[in-house]
Amino acid sequence: MILEGNQALAVGAKLCRPKVIASYPITPSTHIPEMLSEFVANGELDADFINVESEHSAISACIGAQATGVRTFTATASQGLALMHEILYVASGMRLPIVMGVANRSLSAPINIWCDHSDTMAERDSGWMQFYSENNQEALDLVIQAYRIAEDERVLLPAMVTIDAYTLTHTFEPVDVPSQKEVDEFLPPYKPVYAILDPERPITQGSFGTPEYFMEFKYSQQKAMERAKEVIDEVFREFEEKFGRKYGKIEPYRTEGADVILVTLGSMSGTGKEVVDQLREEGAKVGLIKVTVFRPFPAEELREAVRRAKVVAVIDRDISLGFSGAVFANVSASLINEEKRPLLANFIVGLGGRDVRPEDFREIVDKSFRILEAGRVEKPVEWINVSGEVP
Amino acid sequence: METTEGKKITVGAIIDEPGSSVRYKTGSWRVQRPVINSEKCTKCFICAKYCPDGAINPTKDGPVVDYDYCKGCGICANECPMKAIEMVPEVK
Repeated sequence: MILEGNQALAVGAKLCRPKVIASYPITPSTHIPEMLSEFVANGELDADFINVESEHSAISACIGAQATGVRTFTATASQGLALMHEILYVASGMRLPIVMGVANRSLSAPINIWCDHSDTMAERDSGWMQFYSENNQEALDLVIQAYRIAEDERVLLPAMVTIDAYTLTHTFEPVDVPSQKEVDEFLPPYKPVYAILDPERPITQGSFGTPEYFMEFKYSQQKAMERAKEVIDEVFREFEEKFGRKYGKIEPYRTEGADVILVTLGSMSGTGKEVVDQLREEGAKVGLIKVTVFRPFPAEELREAVRRAKVVAVIDRDISLGFSGAVFANVSASLINEEKRPLLANFIVGLGGRDVRPEDFREIVDKSFRILEAGRVEKPVEWINVSGEVP
Repeated sequence: METTEGKKITVGAIIDEPGSSVRYKTGSWRVQRPVINSEKCTKCFICAKYCPDGAINPTKDGPVVDYDYCKGCGICANECPMKAIEMVPEVK
C-alpha cells in the first residue's frame, strides 16, 4: 500500500487489535486518530474509541482501560505529548504496556508545527521505551513489535513509536502491510500478567509508595528496561524470520574501517546513508549508525560499533538548552569509561523543521575530519545551518 | 523482591490483598479529638453523615467515634446543631 507515516502507524495499530483507543488531535498526528476512528466506525476495527477532551485525558483513559486488562493505543505530538508528561510516569510506574504513536514535532515557543525530536527527548526519563522510525515501513513494523516487547512479562513497560513530522507523517511511501492473519500469529491477544480487573481477585492499582518502598519500585523498572534489551533482540529476530525485515537496536551502515562515524535518529538517517554512499565513492572512510531503540539505551551495541572509529559525530535533532543534544549526552556517557575511545562531537541540526540536507551532512563530515587531524575537539557542540547573528 | 527493610514489593506496586488499608491507623495523625457529650446529643447523626472518613458510627446508643481512624478534622463539631461535640487537644 502507499501510505503516509500517520496512516502507517494507524494501520499498524489497527492490525494489533487494540480494544480501547483514546486519542486527541494535534498537528501533525491528527490523521492517526482520524483514521482509527473511521476504522472503528465502519466496523473494520472492533474497539472503543473514546473522544477525550485533551491529551492528558487520552493517556489517562488508556491507563484506566489498560489497567482493567485490555490492549490500548493513543497518538500525539509535541505539546500534546508534553501535556501528557505527568501521566507518562504513572503509566510506566504502574507497568502498563500501552503503545503510543508520536509524530516528532518541536516544542513551543515559538509555535512551530514542524519536525524535531525535542518532544520525545523530553520524555526520555519517563520509563517509556522509545523506538524511532527511519521510514513508514519501520513505523508500521515497530508498532507491531512494540506491543510484543511491551507486553512481555519480563518487560511490562509502555512504548512510544515515533515518526518525523511531515517528512514521514505526511509523505507517502510504499509500505508492505502484513495480513491480519500474519499479525495475529506474531502478536497473540493481550494477556495481562498482573494488571486486571477481576471481581474474583480484587487488587489495588496506582497505590501509594512511601520512602521505604519507592526506590525499590524504580529499581524494578530499571531492571525491566535492562531485561527489555534481550526481549527486543528476541522479538526483532522473530519478526525478521516471519516478515523478512531486519531490525536492530542500532543499525550500523558502512562502518567497517570508518574513521568517522555519524550517529543519527529518525528520517535524517536516510539522507545520511545517501551521503555516506557518495563519500565512500569519493574515498572517505565514513560510516553511519542509526539508532532505532533509544530507550533502553543500547550502550553495549554502540560501544562495540564505534570501537575502531576515531571520531564519532552525534547528530541531534534536539537541544537540551544550556548543554548539548540529548543523544550526544547519552552516547558520551556510554563511552566515558572506555580506556580507548573516539573523539566525540555534537552537531545540532534541523530544529523546528529546518531541513537536514545532504550538504549539512557533508559539512559535519568535513568538520569531523578536521577534528581527526587536530586530534582534539575544539567545539564540542556546533549548530549547523543556523545564523549566529542573533541577539 | 524485598526492600532494605525486608518488605515484599509487587510489580507496578499492585496490592493484591483487598481491604489492606484498614491496617493503617490514620487516627495516629490526630492533634485534636472529638468528644461527644451524650446529654446534649439528640442522635440526629448529622456528625456521622458529615464525617469525611466515615469514622463516626451510628449506633443505637448514639454516635460513636472510631478513634483508630478519626483524623480530628473537627467537621463533626462544626456541624453539630446541638453543639454537643467538643474538640479536645490530643495529649498522650
